[in-house]
Amino acid sequence: MSEIALKELLYKMADDQLIQGHRNSEWTGMGPLLEEDIAFSSMAQDTIGQSLALYNLLHQLGESDPDTIAFTRNSTQFHNCVLTELPNKEYDFSLIRHFMFDTAQAIRYEALTRSSYLPLSQLAIKIRGELRYHTLHANTWIKQLGSATDESIERLQKSLLYALPFALGIFEESPYEKEIIASGIFEGEQKIKEKWLTQIQKIISQTRLTFPDIDLIQPVIGGRTGKHSEHLQPLLDEMSEVFRIDPTTEW
Amino acid sequence: MYGGGNTFEGIKTDSIQQEDPKRLAEFESRIDRGEKIEPSDWMPALYRKQLIRMIEQHAHSEIIGALPEGTWITRAPGFKRKMALMAKVQDEVGHAQLLYSAAETLGKSREKMIDDLISGKSKYSNVFNYPTYTWADCCFISWLVDAGAIVNQLANAKGSYGPYCRALDRICAEESFHLKYGHHCVIHLASGTQIQKDMFQEALNRWWPPMMHFFGPSDKISIHTDVLMRWKVKMGTNDDMRNQFLDMYVPKIWELGFTIPDPKLGKNPETGRWEYTEPDWEEFKRVINGDGPCNKERLEVRRIAEERGRWVREALKSPQAVYVVPLA
Repeated sequence: MSEIALKELLYKMADDQLIQGHRNSEWTGMGPLLEEDIAFSSMAQDTIGQSLALYNLLHQLGESDPDTIAFTRNSTQFHNCVLTELPNKEYDFSLIRHFMFDTAQAIRYEALTRSSYLPLSQLAIKIRGELRYHTLHANTWIKQLGSATDESIERLQKSLLYALPFALGIFEESPYEKEIIASGIFEGEQKIKEKWLTQIQKIISQTRLTFPDIDLIQPVIGGRTGKHSEHLQPLLDEMSEVFRIDPTTEW
Repeated sequence: MYGGGNTFEGIKTDSIQQEDPKRLAEFESRIDRGEKIEPSDWMPALYRKQLIRMIEQHAHSEIIGALPEGTWITRAPGFKRKMALMAKVQDEVGHAQLLYSAAETLGKSREKMIDDLISGKSKYSNVFNYPTYTWADCCFISWLVDAGAIVNQLANAKGSYGPYCRALDRICAEESFHLKYGHHCVIHLASGTQIQKDMFQEALNRWWPPMMHFFGPSDKISIHTDVLMRWKVKMGTNDDMRNQFLDMYVPKIWELGFTIPDPKLGKNPETGRWEYTEPDWEEFKRVINGDGPCNKERLEVRRIAEERGRWVREALKSPQAVYVVPLA
């Protein structure tokens, strides 16, 4: 198995966690209730911590140190899916995104606990445990708000339809997909997507929301190859604002 | 953090005359014996009112204080700082949650308290009405504003109201980590490049006056709070708290090679107390009454967050909402 295929996998996973974590952290001080402020901050801490652990695996494979990788690349060098970089908007969109993203990640890391690449399978065991709480949180809120008032249902329904094409972009395949599956490192995006759809639909069916015909939805892809929305570069500029004053010094 | 600079405006003590003298005497002797007052215990109306006011002000300071530091989470330089700052600001929001709960035991709901914050009826620590222009401002808050808050909170934790004291015990334990984090950040700026050193010196120049204001008006001009001291609502005079802070932190700031922008600052070896240029109390009054550099912005952000979250809170109250127990 080529190292380049493994690195490609690790980069997209690490970048997903970093950018999603960044967006979650923007809820600090802005949540609809204090409890949600705290919950989104916990998830941001988990998710950014997970990205750090993945960048460390890359560092062990000869890439730069995590701070340099995370704080000095530009948007075309990032491999996160476009879903994660979209602005937070209102709480309904942030919740739907968190539900879709973390459900996918929970399934992904569950699969990765069986990875033939030992450092990754060991890390996946730890991450799987953290993501369990993320999906519990998401499912709880989706079920509550998805069956509460006309406004909450309408808001969630709109956000669900808006987010779905981007969510399908999570599963954009890598140019090394066959190789990475054959080597037993990862079971591949297609399998994750199938399990994800089943799980998402199961939760949505317990609410008053409706799930559209998935075959009619065109996925938004490109994130995995550095083709991003206009929202990523400003996010990265903000993230590196202080670091870039002097990337060689200790802060 | 936070909770410093409580302002006790002129309090009317007339209501004490209307209290049952026997119960009042019993209440006061319990406090003298060092007992804690609990929510279901009898208490004078003035005690309840002043405690609500103080705890609420403290809780507001936590959520408003999360804003100037919170804006640096997305900009923190490097993973180590980012992770620590996220956890720290999350703690502050958690403190607000604890404190609103403590205040609720006295009969005022969280919703009402937040309404009063947004309408400007309730105050919060004045120090958060100043802007954080650079990363060093954020480091100043984490280290020195938190340090000031700890001085106040350690004293208040020995107060008489049980729920507030227990909340403060937990808060102080967390604050001690914030202080270490903040100090660590400043040590790195102090021992870094000239740009880093200048960045902190500049922050220190701007933050020193609000830091001196933080403990509240000088004892010479502040309103008498004897009854609140006797009831262990207020645990030390403003000048005592300020002096304790200066004693603990001025040597540490000097040790790092920074200059405090007050030529008169020094410890009098005879009295053992710090001497300094009297802070501008007119500015303090002006800012606390709404005319500081960031008052409008802070309250506006809080108001927007409340408004944007209203549909969520309404939805939770809906009888149609499926109550879900998130069992792990």
